Amino acid sequence: MSTRRTFLKLTAAASLAPAVASAQGAGRVVVVGGGFAGATCARTIKKLDAKLTVTLVEPNKTFTACPFSNGVIAGLRELRQQQFGYDGVVRDGVISAQTSAGSIDVSAKTVTLADGARLSYDRLVLAPGIDLNWSGLPGYIEAAAEKMPHAWKAGPQTLLLRRQLEAMEDGGLVVISAPANPFRCPPGPYERASLIAYYLKTKKPKSKLLLLDAKDAFSKQKLFQNAWAQLYPGLIEWVSLSQGGKVTSVDPATLTFVTDFARHKASVANVIPPQKAGAITAQAGVADRTGWCPVEPVAFESTLQPGIHVLGDAAIMGGMPKSAFAANAQAKVCAAAVVARLAGKEPVDPRLINTCYSLVAPDYGITVAGVYRPDKGQLADIAGAGGISPIEADAAFRAQEAVYAEGWFRTITAETFG
Amino acid sequence: MRCWLLPALACALAQPGAAHAADAPPGASSCSGCHAASKTVETAVPRLVGRKPVEIVMAMREFKSGARPATVMGRIAKGFNDPETDAIAAWFGAQSD
Repeated sequence: MSTRRTFLKLTAAASLAPAVASAQGAGRVVVVGGGFAGATCARTIKKLDAKLTVTLVEPNKTFTACPFSNGVIAGLRELRQQQFGYDGVVRDGVISAQTSAGSIDVSAKTVTLADGARLSYDRLVLAPGIDLNWSGLPGYIEAAAEKMPHAWKAGPQTLLLRRQLEAMEDGGLVVISAPANPFRCPPGPYERASLIAYYLKTKKPKSKLLLLDAKDAFSKQKLFQNAWAQLYPGLIEWVSLSQGGKVTSVDPATLTFVTDFARHKASVANVIPPQKAGAITAQAGVADRTGWCPVEPVAFESTLQPGIHVLGDAAIMGGMPKSAFAANAQAKVCAAAVVARLAGKEPVDPRLINTCYSLVAPDYGITVAGVYRPDKGQLADIAGAGGISPIEADAAFRAQEAVYAEGWFRTITAETFG
Repeated sequence: MRCWLLPALACALAQPGAAHAADAPPGASSCSGCHAASKTVETAVPRLVGRKPVEIVMAMREFKSGARPATVMGRIAKGFNDPETDAIAAWFGAQSD
């Protein structure tokens, strides 16, 4: 009964039945996760070889993008500008299974969906993004996020943090805690601090922002700190690990951050907690003891489970950061490799690029870039390439990077969702 | 045309089937993260699809040397040697809408 019901549901959703029925034998790819990595990979595989059957498993009808969501928190843009549907993915011939993946049987090569339906695959791509590690910071249980939002998965949490800032009295203290590496979007906490500072400076100028960090160094650090001194003097205080910035517990009832040396009571509290690869990776046996997924650097196939590729934030990608640009770039390389493997060919030795834009103010953009190649079993930076925006640059240069940042967001989302 | 400067490019252009997406040379698929593949995206970053390979090659050489001002492209161009750049340029040149 339930099998029939789920069968009918899938059929109605995306004309699944004929495609699956005709695909017995070869050429079935299942992609789990419809973000920058998964949606890109599914569409690219289909474009490279229309004969392959590609199913994208993603429970959400709408994707809410994290890049630029710090602008939503600061009131510079609206959440709907972050949201993208899957019509373009389906238009390209990808079958949409709008449900979550319940379990993976690696020996049978099947994915059992949350509604009980089962998909067989020849190649499986996992791109589940991150899960927040609810046992990684004492006091920060799931319910605490309603008081102290993380806003590290864009959506209701983004709006909650924005509303809290809007409701805060002028003269309040905003506290952000940033986790140790690795985590999604390495420059993200610092862009967030910048744009919240922009909001405070323009709307609530007596307020302050305290950034408690479990690290002594961070992405684009010199650029951020120079810009803070120039744009927001005295507004942002960054407390590094060695200065006692590591948060050891939080108390949601009183919006308090506890470190080894002090207790900081916030007016608005943003906890960016420790993270790990999405839960399906542990179930599939592709996550290691770190909570992340080791992969080889040519096709991003798991080193723990052959036949399963892991992309984006969930994977350990050597020198490549956990960014939307990186996820999209990896997905295109993986798609070509999957198509090659299914055709009995060896994938080519890839090169990948990453460029991460951050806004320090609406007209002040900075970047970090890198070019990567496989080296000694992982993706490594190509020496002499990449790096951050120049430390010394005029306002026109910063403004140009802010303009390119906006263009980048429109491009990467079109590139991902069609 | 200054193709005589670029023997590797001429060689890459002579290869049949260079336009197929599956034959994209290493690095090419990353470019569309910023350089929109679609015509409809509103961005200040130029498209590469269908652009003359010699234009892409000269731009990359000049970004790499610093002769042409750039925000991020100088840092990216340094990650590719001449044959790699030439192959990417030839492939984009062979793409069409």
